Amino acid sequence: MAASCWPASGFYREKKRNCSARTAIFDGGMMKNKEGEVANRPDNTAFTQQRLPAWQPMLSAGIVIPGFLVIGLVFIGIGVALFLGSQSIQVLESDYTGLNSNTPCYECSDASKKNCTCSIEFTLTKQFDGPVFLYYGLSNFFQNHRKYGVSRDYYQLSGDTAYFKNPSDSCSPYIYDSGVPIVPCGAAANSMFNDSFRLYQLVGGTKKPVPLDGKGISWWTDYNIVFRNPPLVNGSLAAAFNGTAKPVNWAKPAYELDTSDPSNNGFMNEDFLVWMRRAALPDFRKLYRRITQGDYAAGLPVGNYSLEISYNYPVIGFGGRKKIVLSNVSWMGGKNMFLGVAYLVIGSLCIVMSLVMLIVYAKYKFPEGDS
Amino acid sequence: RILTRDSPLALMRVPIQCLRKRSNCIVTSKYNIITFLPVNLFEQFQEVANTYFLFLLILQLIPQISSLSWFTTIVPLVLVLSITAVKDATDDYFRHKSDNQVNNRQSQVLLNGILQNEKWMNVRVGDIIKLENNQFVAADLLLLSSTEPHGLCYIETAELDGETNMKVRQSLSVTSELGDPDKLAQFDGEVVCEPPNNKLDRFSGTLYWRDCKYPLSNQNMLLRGCVLRNTESCYGLVIFAGPDTKLMQNSGCTKFKRTSIDRLMNTLVLWIFGFLVCMGVILAIGNAVWERKAGSLFQNFLPWDPSVNNFLFSAFLSFWSYVIILNTVVPISLYVSVEVIRLGHSYFINWDRKMYCSHSNTAAEVRTTTLNEELGQVEYIFSDKTGTLTQNIMSFNKCSINGHAYGTCTMQKNKDFSSWNPLADGGLCFYDGSLLEAVKTGDLVAHEFFRLLSLCHTVMSEEKTEGALVYKAQSPDEGALVTAARNFGFVFCSRTPGTVTVHELGRPVTYTLLAILDFNNIRKRMSVIVRNPEGRIRLYCKGADTVLFDRLHPCNHELMNITTNHLNEYASDGLRTLALAYRDLTEDEWEEWAELYRGAGRTVDFREDRLAAAYEEIEQDMMLLGATAIEDKLQEGVPETIAILSLANIKIWVLTGDKQETAVNIGYSCKMLTDDMTEIFIINGHTVQGVREEDAMKEEETQGLGKACSLGNGFSEKPKNPTSPTSLLESISGEFALVISGHSLAHALEADMEYEFVETVSVCKAVICCRVTPLQKALVIELIKRHKKAVTLAIGDGANDVSMIKTAHIGVGISGQEGIQAVLASDYSFAQFRFLQRLLLVHGRWSYLRMCRFLCYFFYKNFAFTMVHFWFGFFCGFSAQTVYDQYFITLYNIVYTSLPVLAMGIFDQDVPEQRSLEYPKLYEPGQLNLLFNKREFFICITQGIYTSVVLFFVPYSVLSHATQSNGIALADYQTFAVTTATALVIVVSVQIALDTGYWTAINHFFVWGSLGSYFTILFVLHSDILFSLFPQQFNFLGSAQNTLKQPVVWLTIALATVICIAPVLAFRFLKVELKPQLSDTVHTLLFHQKKRKPGVSLGRLGRSGSHRSGYAFAHQEGFGELITSGKNMRLSSLALATFASRHSASWIDTLRKKKHGNIQNTPSTPPAPNFNCDC
Repeated sequence: MAASCWPASGFYREKKRNCSARTAIFDGGMMKNKEGEVANRPDNTAFTQQRLPAWQPMLSAGIVIPGFLVIGLVFIGIGVALFLGSQSIQVLESDYTGLNSNTPCYECSDASKKNCTCSIEFTLTKQFDGPVFLYYGLSNFFQNHRKYGVSRDYYQLSGDTAYFKNPSDSCSPYIYDSGVPIVPCGAAANSMFNDSFRLYQLVGGTKKPVPLDGKGISWWTDYNIVFRNPPLVNGSLAAAFNGTAKPVNWAKPAYELDTSDPSNNGFMNEDFLVWMRRAALPDFRKLYRRITQGDYAAGLPVGNYSLEISYNYPVIGFGGRKKIVLSNVSWMGGKNMFLGVAYLVIGSLCIVMSLVMLIVYAKYKFPEGDS
Repeated sequence: RILTRDSPLALMRVPIQCLRKRSNCIVTSKYNIITFLPVNLFEQFQEVANTYFLFLLILQLIPQISSLSWFTTIVPLVLVLSITAVKDATDDYFRHKSDNQVNNRQSQVLLNGILQNEKWMNVRVGDIIKLENNQFVAADLLLLSSTEPHGLCYIETAELDGETNMKVRQSLSVTSELGDPDKLAQFDGEVVCEPPNNKLDRFSGTLYWRDCKYPLSNQNMLLRGCVLRNTESCYGLVIFAGPDTKLMQNSGCTKFKRTSIDRLMNTLVLWIFGFLVCMGVILAIGNAVWERKAGSLFQNFLPWDPSVNNFLFSAFLSFWSYVIILNTVVPISLYVSVEVIRLGHSYFINWDRKMYCSHSNTAAEVRTTTLNEELGQVEYIFSDKTGTLTQNIMSFNKCSINGHAYGTCTMQKNKDFSSWNPLADGGLCFYDGSLLEAVKTGDLVAHEFFRLLSLCHTVMSEEKTEGALVYKAQSPDEGALVTAARNFGFVFCSRTPGTVTVHELGRPVTYTLLAILDFNNIRKRMSVIVRNPEGRIRLYCKGADTVLFDRLHPCNHELMNITTNHLNEYASDGLRTLALAYRDLTEDEWEEWAELYRGAGRTVDFREDRLAAAYEEIEQDMMLLGATAIEDKLQEGVPETIAILSLANIKIWVLTGDKQETAVNIGYSCKMLTDDMTEIFIINGHTVQGVREEDAMKEEETQGLGKACSLGNGFSEKPKNPTSPTSLLESISGEFALVISGHSLAHALEADMEYEFVETVSVCKAVICCRVTPLQKALVIELIKRHKKAVTLAIGDGANDVSMIKTAHIGVGISGQEGIQAVLASDYSFAQFRFLQRLLLVHGRWSYLRMCRFLCYFFYKNFAFTMVHFWFGFFCGFSAQTVYDQYFITLYNIVYTSLPVLAMGIFDQDVPEQRSLEYPKLYEPGQLNLLFNKREFFICITQGIYTSVVLFFVPYSVLSHATQSNGIALADYQTFAVTTATALVIVVSVQIALDTGYWTAINHFFVWGSLGSYFTILFVLHSDILFSLFPQQFNFLGSAQNTLKQPVVWLTIALATVICIAPVLAFRFLKVELKPQLSDTVHTLLFHQKKRKPGVSLGRLGRSGSHRSGYAFAHQEGFGELITSGKNMRLSSLALATFASRHSASWIDTLRKKKHGNIQNTPSTPPAPNFNCDC
C-alpha cells in the first residue's frame, strides 16, 4: 500500500511521513489519557520558549566606523613595519639556466655535456649581512602536480624495508628498474635536483672558499621523524639497500648521497629532504646552504665572489629555469614586498572606507535624528 | 460458519480463505529488525542525492581519476545515511508502539458460546464480538443485535469522518432477536459483500440465513474507529478486519508537500551542477592544453601513465577528477542540515506554550516537519468557518418579546437562576433582570414565548442523576434555545412520541404532541402542534423571519415592524436570529388538517411535496411572539488575529459550507468585512444561472462574471462593467470584499471564467465563499495556487476541510474539538484559530529568515571552500591536485563549519517575537521572497567566489617567495595547504559570526568550538602518532606546528580575513544606513531602547450596519419524524405511551434519503473524505 504512493522526490529523500504512520496515530490517538489537566503543556524553559539569553550585536555606526579606523591604523602600522623590514633584506639572484650566450652557464646548457661546471662571478659593494642563505630556484617545475605528489612511498622513506622489495603502486612508473625495486621509488625522488654549488671569495687572485653549512636546512620533523634510514645491515647502510636499484635519474644510489657524513646520508640526506618537501607552486626556491661559519658568520663582506656550479639538472627541455639566490632574512622571514604593500593598501582602504561611512552616516542619520 | 465473499463485481479479487483468515492485527510499521538495514538503505539510495554521492564514491575508487581518497566521500555519506536511518528507525519504533497499543486492546469475542476477552489483533473475520457503551469498534462489524429497542444503536463517527452528531444504526430485524450469546452462537448465516473499499458511507452485501436473503447496507454496519454511544451493548459480526477495514482503507497517504524554498533549492542545486560541469570542462580543457604544451615535455620528471598516453584522455580523466574535488559545491550535508533545522523549528512550535490551549489540553503539533519556512511566506489563508473561526457554541444572547427588547444592557455573567429555579442550567450566559421580572409577574406573552421554546424543538432530554437534566440537541442553536427557556422557568423535562412534559414555573405540564412539522432547508422553519392539558390546540412555529413574517396574521403589522428593527440590530451584531409565532387551532381545524396530513404521509409518490403543502396550509395567520438572537460564538481572538494577519498583507478567505447569510454575518463579526469597505460584491449562484439562461452562450462566456455580479438577497450590489479592462480593476482604490456562493463558484471555476474570477478576487481584501462543497474548497485553492503562484494555507477542523487542507501548501487542523480527520490530514495542528498569527508571524517568519540565512551562508561557505581548487588548477598543471589536506576536505562540512551555521539556522532571531506581532509588516519579505531568491543566491556565490580568490591569491602572493626566519622556504605545499585551510576556517567563522544576529550560549559554544576543534584536529592529524601508524595517510606530520608558528602565516591569514570581511561589513553597514529594512529599523529601535508605541491599529472594532441575517436552523431535518415514531425512545418511556406508528418502517429510509438529498444540495454535509487520496 505504501511504496507505490510515494512520489519520487527530487534530490533528497525528505520526510516520508508515510501514510500508515498517520493511521497509527489516528487509531491510537483516541486513547488519550486524561490524567493531569496540563499533561501536554510544554515546558516553560528559556530554551523551549526561544528565550535564551542572547547577545544581539548591531552594526551600529559607533562600532563599525571606529572599527574600520582602528583596523586601518593597525594595518598601516604593520604594513610600514613589514615594508621597512622587507626593504632591509638583501637579495642577490641570478638565473643560470644559460639560455642565451651572454648568460651564465650558457656553455653547460647543452644537455649532452656531462659533468659540466660553470661559475658566476659577482661583486658585493656592500656588506651582505648574515646569516646569508643560498637558495636554488626552479621555474615551471610542477612539483605540485597531483601525480608527482603521490609518486612516493612514505613507508619506504621511513625505512620500512618491507617496502624496499615491494614499493607502493603510487610510485608508478618508477617502481622497478628492470625488475629490481627502486629505492627511493617514485617520480619525486627520481627528479631530485642535483646541481651543486661552491662559493668562493676572490681574495687577491685566490679563491677563498666560503664554508657552506648544509645542516638543518630541512624541516626538523622531516629529518627527525618522517625520513628514516633502514636499519643498518652489518653496520653498513649500503648493505641495507641490498637488492634495490637507485632511481633512474640518479648518478649515485641513496646510500652514497653524502658518504662523508653518515648522519646526512641515505634518506637522511638533507638535500634530499628539501627536495622531497613539495613546492606548492611551479615557481619555487629551496634552501641549499647557509653561510654561518668562519669569517662569514656575520655575512659576506665587500668583495668579489665566484659561485661555481656543477650543472647537471636539465630544465630547458620543459621550458624550466634555474636560478641561484643569496638572501638574508629579517624577523618575518625573507624578502616579501607584497605583504607590506598589501597591508599598507588594505589599511588605507579601511581608513577611506571609514571616512565614506562616516559621511554617509552623517548625511543620512543626523538630520533624521534631529527631527 | 460465516463466510465473507467478494461481490460478483470484483469476483476473486480476494480469495475467500484469505479473507477468512485475516486477523484484526494492523501493521503500519515498515521495518523489523532484520529488514531494517536492507530496506532502509534501498529506500535511501532511491534518492538522487545519495545515488550521486555513491557514484562519486565509485569514481574515487578508480586510481586514475581519484583525486581524493575514498573516505572524503564515504564519511559524509555514511553520516547522512545513518542520520536518516536513525530518524526512520525512530519513526518506525513509534509506529510499532502504537500498533502494539491498538492491537492489544481488549474486546469480547464470542467463542464457543462463551464471551471471552481477546486482544484486538486476535479478532478474526467471522467472529462475533460484543461492544459496550463508549467502546471503540474494533473492526468493521455487521450489527446483529443491540440492547436498545428495534436493534438500534447509536454511534459517534467523529474519528472517522469528523461529524460529531450521533448516528443511528439498526440491525436486521431477523438478527435483532438474537439477544443472548447462546442464540448468537447458533447463528450460521453467510454474508456476501463487496470487497474492502474506502467508501465510508456505502456498503452493500447480502446475508444468507435460513434460506433467506437479507440485503445489507451501511445502515447495518459499525465501522472501526466509531464509538458506541447511548447503547448498553451490542453484538456484531466481523466483516472486515485489520487492513480491510474502511478506516484503514481510508488512511491513504498524503500528497507529498515541498516548500518553495525546496523547489528553489533544487533548481539552484541543478544550476550548481551545471556550474560544476562547466568548471570541470574548463579545467579539463586546461588540462589538455597543459599536458600538450608542458606536460608532454615534463615527462622526463613526471612521465605519463602508460594507460594515459594522450592528452585528450588525460583531459577526460581530469574532468572526472575535478568533478570529484569540486563536488563540495553541492555538499551532501546541505539536505541533512536543512532537515535538522526544520526539525528544530518544528520542536520549537511543539514546545511553544503560547500555542498551548489549556482548555483542551492540547499543544500545537507539527505533523509535517518539512514545511516550516513556508509558514513565513503565506499570502492566502483559506479558513473554514464552523469550529475554526467560530466555536460552534451557540449562546442565547438577546430576545425581543412582544416588541420589547431584552438582553441589550450590559451582560452580567452567569447570573444565578437557581435561587428561584432549581432546574436552571448554570452554563447559560444570558441574564436580563427585567425579563425575569416579566416572567415572574406573569407576562403572558413572555410565558408563551418560553413555552414555545420549550415545546418546539427536537431535543431529547436525559436525566442522568436526580434533577440533573441533560439535553441532547441536534444543533447547538436548538440546545441554546431550550436551555434559555429552561432557565426562565419553562423546563423541558421529557418527551414520549406523543407527549412533551414541561415544568412550567415549577409545575409539571404534559402537552400532547399532535404533530411535528419538521424543519427543512426550503421551509426554514419548524412547527409543533400541541394540545395542552386544558385541551386547547396550538401551533408553535419558529423560523427565519423572512419566511415567518409572510405567514403572520395581518394584525401583527405593527409588532412586526418593531421586531424587524430589533432583528436588524441583532443581525448587525452578527447574531443569528429566529422569529417565533403561534397560532391557535380549533378542534375542527385540527381534525381537518390532520386528515390532510395523514393522507400526505401515507402517499408514496411525492410524499415530500405533499407534506410540505400540508404544512404550508396550517402555518398561516400566525401571531408573532417575538424573536431570539443567538450568538455564534467566535473563537477567542479571531477578530484580532484576522486584523493582524491582514495587516501582514495576508489575504483571508472564508470557505464554508454554511449559508450565505451566516457566512456574511461571521465575516462581519470577525472584522473581515467592515462597513468601511468600498463595496461588497455578492455573487449569487442562481443569478449566474439566470444570466446563463438568458444570455447567449458566447456572450456569457466572455462577460459572465461581470454580469454575474447582481443583486442577491437584498445585499448591496455593484455590477461591474463587463468590458472593464484588467488594469482598471487593478487600479480601483478602496477595499472590496466578495461573497460568492458555491453555485456561482462552480461557474467561476470553469476554465473560461477562472481567469476573470482570479482578476476580480485579487482586488478584494476579503473573500467569502459560502455553500461550497469540500471539493470546491480544494478547487479554489488549486486555482489560487495556479494563478497567483502564492503560498496558500488552509485551516479547518472538520472532515469537510480535509480536501483543502491537503491541497493547500500548508494545511492546518484545529485540534481538540470535533473529529481528528482534519488534524490527521494537516501539517500543523493546534487548538485555536488565534494561534495562527503566532504560527505565521513568529514561527513562520523566523523559520523563513533562518532558513534563508542558513542557505545563503551555506552556499557561500562551500563556494569559498571549493573554488580555491579551481584557482589552484591553473598553477598545478590542472592535475586535480587539492589545495587542502584530504582530511580537511572530509571534515570541513561535517565538523568545522556545520554546527555554527546549524545553530544560526535554529536559534537566530532578528527581532523579538512580540515585535513580529506588533509590526505585522515584518512578514512581508517572506511573501515577496526577498531573503533568498536567485538574486540573493548569486550574491552569496559571488561572495563565495570572491572569498576563494582572496583565499588563494593572498597566500599565493605572500608565500611564493617567503621564507621562515631560519631561511627555510615557506612555499611548500603542506604549508600552503595549512595556511589556506586555516584562513578559510577563520574567514567563514568570522562570516558566520557576522551573520548570527542572536548569540546564545549555544552559538558561542559552536562558533568557538568549531574553531577550537579545527585547531585540535589539525594538530592531532599532523601528529607523530598518527604518522607512525599510517605514514602514507598522515604525511602532513609537523605541518601544523611548522606553519602556525610563522608570523608570516598569521599575517597572511589576517590579511585574507580583512580583505574578505571588510567589504561585507562595509556593505552591510551602508545597506542598513541607506536602505534600511523594517527589521533593521525595529532592531535599531530596540537597540536604542526607545519606547515607542506599536505602530499597529488592530483594525476597526465595532461597527454599525444593517446587514440582516436570514438565519435558519443549522441542523438536519428528519428528526421530528424520528421523535414522533418513538423509535429512539427507551422502552421504559415508551411503555407509558400508546404509540401508533404512522410510517414506522420508513423513517430511517426517509432520514437517509433526506440526508442524501442534503449532500447534493447542502455542501455543508461532508461526504466521505476520501476523494483526493488516489495514490
